[in-house]
Amino acid sequence: MNAEWRWDFAIEILPQMLWATLNTILAAGIGYAIAAIVGLLFLLGQRTPIKIVNMINREIVEFIRSTPLLIQLFFVYFVLPQFGITLSAWVCGMITIGLHFGTYLSEVYRGALEGVPKSQWEACRALNFSTFYTYRKIVLPQAFPIAIPGMGNYLVGIFKDTPLLSTIGVAELFHAATAVGGYHYRYLEPYTIVGLIFLMLSIPAAIWIRKIEKNVNLAQGKIKKEQL
Amino acid sequence: MSYFAFLSEHGPTMLLGTVTTIKVLICATILYVIISLIFGLMRLSKNPIIQGTATVYIEFFRGTSLLVQLFWFYYVLPFFGLTLEAFTAGVVAIGMNFGAYGAEIVRGGVLAVPKGQWEGAFALNFTPAKRMRKIIIPQIFPIILPPAANLTVELLKATALVALVTVVDLTFEAKQINSITWLSAQCFGTALLIYYIISRFFLVPFLRWLEVLAARKVGKEIK
Repeated sequence: MNAEWRWDFAIEILPQMLWATLNTILAAGIGYAIAAIVGLLFLLGQRTPIKIVNMINREIVEFIRSTPLLIQLFFVYFVLPQFGITLSAWVCGMITIGLHFGTYLSEVYRGALEGVPKSQWEACRALNFSTFYTYRKIVLPQAFPIAIPGMGNYLVGIFKDTPLLSTIGVAELFHAATAVGGYHYRYLEPYTIVGLIFLMLSIPAAIWIRKIEKNVNLAQGKIKKEQL
Repeated sequence: MSYFAFLSEHGPTMLLGTVTTIKVLICATILYVIISLIFGLMRLSKNPIIQGTATVYIEFFRGTSLLVQLFWFYYVLPFFGLTLEAFTAGVVAIGMNFGAYGAEIVRGGVLAVPKGQWEGAFALNFTPAKRMRKIIIPQIFPIILPPAANLTVELLKATALVALVTVVDLTFEAKQINSITWLSAQCFGTALLIYYIISRFFLVPFLRWLEVLAARKVGKEIK
């Protein structure tokens, strides 16, 4: 084992790594889409006026939020076949990520809804708007901008958690790096390249989210242009 | 095999793993608190070199995945002649990763201390170091503890990753027992439950108690 960085090897494996990056992005995208929908379901469970549903919903959310994603992945991947449901690693991974981050996103949604001032609701009541109309025309347009930064952060969060999928055999970036490293018995370049690719994708994403956040705050009049 | 039979046979092994998990949790928490305080304050420094170092550190560790960092510490550092034990590598990787997140919380906390406090310290002719130590730092704790508590629960969850670099913690034991018995539901279900119990009944109440303590210290009463 020698410590020097070999450029020829790094360049040789780069195309393979870039291909695997596409899989990582795909996994993050699908996982996020599922999480966004699951988040809505949890939000619904939380806002139903039935007490018992609220309670069960809260316990489920608490449980999913306070247990590691890794074991949840193992659980879904290994336990479902015992009940006769055999899903591919991809599907298992997407379901688990969707469930896990759905609980986080439901909190983001809740915060956004509560961020809409109560007077807005009261005004709608005074104008005799229906609940549906109130949500569609008054509340959601105001809640959405509040939710954007949180939603963006979890998009980056999901992206950074996709390497966990490699543990159940989803062929994403980290999985490719481990495979390449094992084949050539050189781990320095593959893992470093993985780190660099993550940096190159997540830092621009974070900057972009910060910019959106600023624009949202500007549009809502929370900060003034001179303060930027 | 009933669940109780499973527990009586494999429960002790899982408890041993739990002890390791708690050890990782405690060590990594201590490390991350220290790192967050240092880098959070460095981030606020007027010196561009100090501030730049902190910014690069924070962006680097927040920008890459914890798992990648963990593997880097464990599998790549030996190439540079620095071989870490699995446990150490795990603690260091988690501590440094969460330290980067914590540094941002500390930075936010320092900035959130009311301006009057800074001006008061300035008016009393405190040196900058003394102002930080005596006036500002004691006041940041009630501000930073709630987000830091969330981060610490995240850290507990992140400790599961050390199993992937061969630290024999709860996750590792669960995987191990699973590969022997193929009782997946029992193994992973028990592991999930143990993590849940640690978080819900030990970690969160403890952090909540710290929050109340910190708030009381600066004369605020928490609802």
